[in-house]
Amino acid sequence: MVSLIATDVFHGLLPVLQGPLQLAAATPARITSVMPFRGRAGAVQTALGRMGLGLPEPGQSREGKAAAILWSGRGQAFLLDADPEPLAGIAALTDQSDAWAVMRLTGPGWDQVLSRLVALDLRPSGFPEGAVARSGLNHMNALFRRLADGVEIWVFRSMAATAVEELAGAMARVAARG
Amino acid sequence: MRITCPLCGSRDRREFYYYGAADYLARPAEGAGLEAWDAYLHLRDNPAGMTKDLWYHEAGCSAWIEVTRDTTSHAVLSSRLVAAVESADLPGRSAPARKKAAPRKKKGTS
Ligand SMILES: [Zn+2]
Repeated sequence: MVSLIATDVFHGLLPVLQGPLQLAAATPARITSVMPFRGRAGAVQTALGRMGLGLPEPGQSREGKAAAILWSGRGQAFLLDADPEPLAGIAALTDQSDAWAVMRLTGPGWDQVLSRLVALDLRPSGFPEGAVARSGLNHMNALFRRLADGVEIWVFRSMAATAVEELAGAMARVAARG
Repeated sequence: MRITCPLCGSRDRREFYYYGAADYLARPAEGAGLEAWDAYLHLRDNPAGMTKDLWYHEAGCSAWIEVTRDTTSHAVLSSRLVAAVESADLPGRSAPARKKAAPRKKKGTS
């Protein structure tokens, strides 16, 4: 099989540092969208259970030893860093590894950065660790996952540079307020 | 204006795409007369008060939602997933596993 050289999705734009805030690249090595076939959600649940995971409820995620799974929309989840072979035949599987640009925004004030770009209450009190939300980052469709020390932001790969510019600007303005 | 997505919760109206009256869910059966198709495609009420229409959670979970709202007060009264409604109505799709599943799971399988 031909082995191609992977290109950095952010083209060297990351990391961005602003005071205590940090924006770093965090795209998983493997992303597979999982959409259980009609009536097969139970079978998918069982297969994922054997992988130490499960089908996440809307707005939730699950963390395994090496893999993870995020709810990503109606009837859909993203399986991260795992071979989806056990789900073949019971769910529609699509390799999306090269489709997303994923960043991690950390440091005190990360929620203030997002509040400038997202019309959603993502403060730690209303968006606990492991919670997932689909919403917009300004005008971009995005996915958010709450981490212990910040938030993970997913945008379409084609939007990577725009997302970094928007976030870097908001980070600078939050950092400038001290 | 805010709309409650049954999966995502209360969201800004800008996350949604408006489709039209919920009448679009009542598609005439195959072989229905011209009058039924004419009514389905073209005839709409224009109520002062409660109305039902379809919205797509475009910048969200990609669900189609039937929203009940009041055209005189602009209040959004309720919302529900279209997929769950449809799958219950379609023949040959009432597998026991689907009936047992919790409402949220049901949507996930359709
Ligand atoms: Zn939604």
